[in-house]
Amino acid sequence: MKLNEKEVEILEILQKDARFEAADIAKMIGTSETEVAETIRRLEEEKVIVHYATLVDWAKMDNFTGVTAMIDVKVTPKRGVGFDEVAERIYRFKEVSSVYLMSGVYDLSVTVEGRSMNEIARFVSEKLSTLDSVVSTTTHFQLKKYKHDGMIYASKREDNRIVVSP
Amino acid sequence: MTLTKKSYVAQSVEKMRPSGIRKFFDLAATMEGVVSLGVGEPDFVTTWSVREAAINSLERGFTSYTANAGLLELRTEIACYMSERFGVKYSPKEEVIVTVGASQALDIAMRAIIDPGDEIIVVEPCFVSYAPLVELAGGSAVTIGTTGKTGFKLQPEQLEAAITSKTKAVLLCYPNNPTGTQLDREDLESIAEIVKKHDLLVIADEIYAELAYDQPHTSIASLDGMRERTILINGFSKGFAMTGWRLGFTCAPEDISRAMLKIHQYAMMCASTPAQYAAIEALQHGMADVESMKKDYRQRRNYMVQSFKEIGLDCHLPGGAFYVFPSIQSTGLTSEQFAEKLLLEEKVAVVPGSVFGEGGEGYIRCSYASSMNQLQEAIKRIGRFLDKQKRSAM
Repeated sequence: MKLNEKEVEILEILQKDARFEAADIAKMIGTSETEVAETIRRLEEEKVIVHYATLVDWAKMDNFTGVTAMIDVKVTPKRGVGFDEVAERIYRFKEVSSVYLMSGVYDLSVTVEGRSMNEIARFVSEKLSTLDSVVSTTTHFQLKKYKHDGMIYASKREDNRIVVSP
Repeated sequence: MTLTKKSYVAQSVEKMRPSGIRKFFDLAATMEGVVSLGVGEPDFVTTWSVREAAINSLERGFTSYTANAGLLELRTEIACYMSERFGVKYSPKEEVIVTVGASQALDIAMRAIIDPGDEIIVVEPCFVSYAPLVELAGGSAVTIGTTGKTGFKLQPEQLEAAITSKTKAVLLCYPNNPTGTQLDREDLESIAEIVKKHDLLVIADEIYAELAYDQPHTSIASLDGMRERTILINGFSKGFAMTGWRLGFTCAPEDISRAMLKIHQYAMMCASTPAQYAAIEALQHGMADVESMKKDYRQRRNYMVQSFKEIGLDCHLPGGAFYVFPSIQSTGLTSEQFAEKLLLEEKVAVVPGSVFGEGGEGYIRCSYASSMNQLQEAIKRIGRFLDKQKRSAM
């Protein structure tokens, strides 16, 4: 699908902040509000815009026990469907938040979110390792989230500039 | 017997007026919750790889002086950058000097060329330091006021009319602070013709050269016969978001460079060493970041111009820098009254156009070097302010 300059610019703006309104985006890129709204609608339809969500720092919540693990999975690809079939079997689990096919020593990188370490351990031993094509798994638990999807979690960015300067 | 206290301050300094921006800074600094469009520097923090290069230089113990003119490696990068980017060629060894910001570059340029009584033509509205620097160097500043009618472009006739037998140089700043105005090649060519006819020098403050949004910046030194009569001033503050590093440079013919270097060597020795290492990294690997900042600025500029029009302020589309310069004449207020009232009533800081000299009255300088959220909030408040003005006038 060929995207024109305006479409790319709209996508870049929304990727930084999905809450920009069509009217403001129109001003920023020098076009009309209806054109922006129409373009966005089309890009949503084409699934170029996949989804809008909110980045939440759950660690801020008291008593939050949720954990995230990244699992390196080695699999045996199947004739005809390659890695796609096993990838699909894995990403259908709702606790799996991402699946990537990787180059290197393992094949699939699977991110799993659970309410506790036990829950993830159970998922790996009962669901993931038992799949026919899965040869081995290596589970890494995330200890702290510093930066995610381009956003720095820890720091509060302050504007240190003097209020008026020449 | 009463003794009046003797003043040790030089008379030339005594009679200089402090920068007009100062007053608003003092007022705004005491207030909470101010949205500032008054800031003349990028909101971006210097790219991490550039900061990291400075840290690395410190770790390796590069803490001594550099050559007066700056690290040769940096001067070579600068010469290369100026040639690739703006098509002007300078010898890194003889024609490039690394300075403490473009401000110091301006100072050594003035001092290197001004004999007592020489006139320097300063095109206003402009950065607040030009005329004072001319005067500190013993010259006299002859100002030309540009107007909104011509998009704040210097008109050749105006220049012609300001030239006298004492004129030594013309100081130009495009893209301009505070108007954002850019001159295209034809504009510059007609100015260059006059400069050559009268055998003058040009001091070209091109600190915003990197921030040109609709067409690439043309350096006046790249025009036919102008390289020999131009002192180019540029730096890392604006385009590379490195204001606090204080790093600029001059590019000028060898004889003028040699003269400037004399002053620089006595008055400054050299620019900060870690900053110079950072600048090498910026030129070698920082251009992609400059482009990405530029893209953001461009979107914000478009947003600001369009929004000002919508809330009823006339505003030309500036080609560069990060300022818009809307007219507030429709409100019947002077730019200073407008800025002060706006700050007190809606807590938005802008800079009155009048502080930038002739032609600035009736306008306000609004910097869009702030996040879109801040700009949206500022527009909302200014819109509310204008409504209130209109209602109270009825």
